[in-house]
Amino acid sequence: MADPIIKIRNLHKWYSGVHALKGVSLDIQPNEALGLVGDNGAGKSTLINILSGIQQADEGEITIDGEKVNFRNPRDAMDRGIETIYQYNSMVPTMSIARNMFIGREPLKASFMGVGIMDRKRMAEESVQAIADVDLHLRSPDALVGELSGGQRQGVAIARAMHFKSKVMILDEPTNHLAVKETQKVIGFVQSLKELGITAIFISHNIHHVFECCDRIVAMARGEVVLDRRTEETNMEEIHSAL
Amino acid sequence: MRRLLKIYMEKPELAGIVFLLLLAAVFQFQTDGAFLNAYNMQGILGILPEMALVAIGVTLLMICGEFDLSVGSVFALTPMVMAVLIQDGWPFLPAIMAGMATALLIGFVNGFLTIRFQIPSFITTLGMLFVARSITVVISGGFPPVLPRDALPRGMFTSFVGPNDLFRMSFVWFVLVAVVVSLLLSRTNFGNWVRATGGFLPAAQAMGIPTARVKTACFMLCSLLAGFAGTIQVMRLGAPLPSIGEGLELQAVAAAVIGGTALTGGIGTILGGIIGATLIRVIDNGLVLSQVDANWFKLAIGSLTIFAVILNSWLRKKAKAMKVET
Ligand SMILES: Nc1ncnc2c1ncn2[C@@H]1O[C@H](COP(=O)(O)OP(=O)(O)OP(=O)(O)O)[C@@H](O)[C@H]1O
Ligand SMILES: [Mg+2]
Repeated sequence: MADPIIKIRNLHKWYSGVHALKGVSLDIQPNEALGLVGDNGAGKSTLINILSGIQQADEGEITIDGEKVNFRNPRDAMDRGIETIYQYNSMVPTMSIARNMFIGREPLKASFMGVGIMDRKRMAEESVQAIADVDLHLRSPDALVGELSGGQRQGVAIARAMHFKSKVMILDEPTNHLAVKETQKVIGFVQSLKELGITAIFISHNIHHVFECCDRIVAMARGEVVLDRRTEETNMEEIHSAL
Repeated sequence: MRRLLKIYMEKPELAGIVFLLLLAAVFQFQTDGAFLNAYNMQGILGILPEMALVAIGVTLLMICGEFDLSVGSVFALTPMVMAVLIQDGWPFLPAIMAGMATALLIGFVNGFLTIRFQIPSFITTLGMLFVARSITVVISGGFPPVLPRDALPRGMFTSFVGPNDLFRMSFVWFVLVAVVVSLLLSRTNFGNWVRATGGFLPAAQAMGIPTARVKTACFMLCSLLAGFAGTIQVMRLGAPLPSIGEGLELQAVAAAVIGGTALTGGIGTILGGIIGATLIRVIDNGLVLSQVDANWFKLAIGSLTIFAVILNSWLRKKAKAMKVET
């Protein structure tokens, strides 16, 4: 087996009294699609929030490509190629697709102390290209994200992550509140990541979806990993009983 | 419906422009042409920049998702600091700089308290409204400082310019600021961050935007513009009264809202805020010219604001429903 792209060792997190992560260790292989399942409050979001720099661990170690990392904010994680997609949190509905694609990473024509004129032509062209690359068909990069369906929004978020050459894509319940057809679209996106050589961590409450698009399934309960199997070596019953 | 919503979300100031034109036509008719004559226009355009500059800052801050109720007090405090220092023998330039620095400091404190303690800026800046007003009165010593006639370079700020002396210099400053802030909001990465921060804070944070710094910058810019506007008014009037700008904070919020800025942040344009401010000034002036009892002014502004907010929130609900159904 290749060297893991992400190595998590003995991660702990406390929230004023709640021990949300109790020594989680996990290896994630390059180009695998990992499904993360578990009941409400199992610690899934806490784990990936730490991986994406939104929160910091109280104890433990994360290495990426063999190098120890310490993300202080989401930008640090993004700079290391880790991009996170949430149901609600990754797009601003009142802004256009092109602007959303480049939030925080706007191409600039000229700048002074970090503030500069955006290259709007490039933003429009590159977002059209990025969206086409994920086989999403949208009329215009100037459409507001608020006008898109939930599935289309997730498509744009995924297009954004790919445009910025992310190596690891974390999807935290990306199919929540989506209609069946939209959900299938998102699962299709996750499946296509594999062909593109992108590692995916897919969190879902729907075990069927996880079986559909993941190579490996990790189950968490009460802040611990309670099961870790290749998809073909396990089944629904085993996962249900582990939870 | 979809088209209407799209227009509203992209050009929220459009309704304001239409209403402004309508109103101008009505007043022109009502006053037998006195409204649009050169003399009256000179009056409106001479005062407008002071309020519009405040509205620009407040609009920017509201787009960023925060409020500033202290602008009226900063409007008075900034020139008061300047005047007191000039009276103490300071030259004009360092004195005005000290005034502006005071405004920036107040903006910074507003932002810092709001973000650090996670309290609504409505409350922080309400407190600052009283604090800054109080400081203004105290440092004035109860009497407005008397400034020597030649202490202020009025030529740079308030003297008449343009064809038929239609404008004051303040109008030039206002146009300059309006263009710069509009470009800042629409063309720069900073503007993108402001909209993202106000539009949907969790997304902005998840994308690594330094939202605390973006908000603080907007608070400071808003405060600075209010201070600058107050300084211009004092130059026009010739004396720094400690009571100027009272009630201006609410008029500025009204201007932003009438111009299509959403109370919830993320939606709005600088042009909208300016249109709103212009509407308020035009209503004020038009009512006086039409010889209507001046006390109707607040009723008119109030109704217009409520109407604008209702329209805004109705459209927003529609937009939300639209998102769910797709
Ligand atoms: N910001 C927070 N403050 C306090 N406690 C928190 C916070 N975030 C999470 N917790 C607690 O930590 C534990 C793990 O929560 P987490 O959100 O990671 O679970 P999850 O597996 O993502 O659940 P879900 O499936 O509901 O999303 C829970 O007990 C939760 O109440
Ligand atoms: Mg969760």
